[in-house]
Amino acid sequence: MNARTAGVGQSAFTVALALLAGAGVALLPASRGAEPPTLLFCAALIATLLLGAWSVQRVAALERPRWAGSFSAVLFGLWVLYTWQVGVVAFDVPRVLLPAPLAIVDSLFDHAAMLSRDFVQTVLKSVLVGWALGSALGFAVGVAIDRLPFLQRGLLPVASLTSTVPLVAVAPIMVMWFGFEWPSKAAVVVLMTFFPMLVATLAGLQAAGRLERELMYSYAASYARTLLDLRLPCAVPFIVSALKVNATLALIGAIVAEFFGSPTVGLGFRISTEAAKMNMALVWSAIVVASVTGSVAYALLVRLERRWAFWHPSVRSR
Amino acid sequence: MKADRPSSTLMQRALPVATVIAVTVVVWYLLCIALNSQGAIERVLSNRPGWTPADLVATTWSMERPVLPAPHQVALDLWSSIVDWPLDSPRNLLLHAAVTAQSTLVGFVFGTLFGVLLAAAIVHSRTLDRALLPWIVASQTVPVLAIAPIVLVILGTLGFSGVAPKAAIAMYLCFFPVTVAMVQGLRSPQRIETELMHTYAATRLQSFWMLRMPAALPYLFPSLRVAIAAGLVGAMVAELPTGAQAGLGARLLTGSYYGNTVGIWSALVLSALLGLGLTAAVALVERLALRRQGR
Repeated sequence: MNARTAGVGQSAFTVALALLAGAGVALLPASRGAEPPTLLFCAALIATLLLGAWSVQRVAALERPRWAGSFSAVLFGLWVLYTWQVGVVAFDVPRVLLPAPLAIVDSLFDHAAMLSRDFVQTVLKSVLVGWALGSALGFAVGVAIDRLPFLQRGLLPVASLTSTVPLVAVAPIMVMWFGFEWPSKAAVVVLMTFFPMLVATLAGLQAAGRLERELMYSYAASYARTLLDLRLPCAVPFIVSALKVNATLALIGAIVAEFFGSPTVGLGFRISTEAAKMNMALVWSAIVVASVTGSVAYALLVRLERRWAFWHPSVRSR
Repeated sequence: MKADRPSSTLMQRALPVATVIAVTVVVWYLLCIALNSQGAIERVLSNRPGWTPADLVATTWSMERPVLPAPHQVALDLWSSIVDWPLDSPRNLLLHAAVTAQSTLVGFVFGTLFGVLLAAAIVHSRTLDRALLPWIVASQTVPVLAIAPIVLVILGTLGFSGVAPKAAIAMYLCFFPVTVAMVQGLRSPQRIETELMHTYAATRLQSFWMLRMPAALPYLFPSLRVAIAAGLVGAMVAELPTGAQAGLGARLLTGSYYGNTVGIWSALVLSALLGLGLTAAVALVERLALRRQGR
């Protein structure tokens, strides 16, 4: 017990020491690009980074507190950002190659209005509409063909195979059909999200146990009652995982579809045109927006899963 | 009893799939009529007074630039591009498929190797496990494909061209799923099995090769199927912004520039076939490997 608390104290000490050293090095003129890096500066930087790596290792080795694991991940992320920032500025890496994180944050704020318009265009229009429509259609078709085993046997292999097909490639066709605006991107997203949801719904509807089904049968429950009270609730975990998979797919689909042609707004458009203009800081900030959107959507869906599928073993074990 | 089993599996498996495909083709032809009729009346039939509905149907199925080309038009275009042009001609779609397949496969091989190595490192290092793995798992929720234009610009300024940038994008898309699945797989041996290895005084390397690696294979292969599909999408997207001359992605883009709908559709069909073929190849390797293991 004593050894463990000593471990916590020691680790806290190394973390504090490493952070102090990091702050010290960051304050040197070379870190701000004011003067070229000297040999001494390089030595100090390397020593600091080794200290940082050591502190991450110490924290990761801790058994307690319980958040030590996630703390070490956060710490590691911070050190990566730190190395990126100081390294890029001190060694004067061309901005085209890799902009410093602070430059990315700057451009995020400078172009906040533009990026928020891109966000509305790509996420709130293409992704949200496409994701909701595609998932709803997949679910509806899955439930509709529940009583038609012949259709199920025919559709399931085809639907499973579509995961190996680059569906994004229909983007140019959708652009021709629905024009440059967001409906064409939403159509791509509908196509990409439909099949995973169909497969998940069909699998989920088969998930109810034999025992429970026979119980419903012995109650003389109708098909609709069994579906509503037993089989659909059992399918919820499958459906929510498909929603999670679809959220990432939808974001990818909308962004890539914009590479094929779009109005002069949208995250994918921003990424491809600014990359062509070598304005990499803005490209990175558009990617930050997309990534944060993806993570937040995922986190929201996980909360939804906890609320809807709280009884499922995979949720309870967390 | 045994004699009719093949036919019953045929009835159970092939017939429903064939029906679905047949219905799709019929619906496709009907959609052609619906979507192309306006253009057909305006562009073709207006010069030909007194046309019948049969003429209209025939025209919608054989237009030069239809809104939706009929299946036989796409098939013919694909076939003629493969047969009528030599293999090294840019008009031959097989050349483009080969270009895309090459960068996909190069990226896939390196991505898989990197993913397996990283997973092995994560399993043996508590620091990597707790500091790095959460980031790799979290990156699955992020559209990493959006970084493709950046990778292209960076590698372009560093002087790489040709296969390397495309393979790099395919590679980083491949390695995420492989790493996550391999970490799970390498950890799958039970405690009793690792303790047995321990009583044999097996080294870490020995227990890695003899216990962990074989145990991880059933986890590895499904992730490989995900990885190669992701790698193909990556390779095709990588062909878009470079102004690449070759590759299925470039074909799609030039097709959409020139409004060549039939060309887009045949590139689309071929990329679907390529995806199916690559996945089938991975599945074949999986079968051979698992059979050698005696499963």
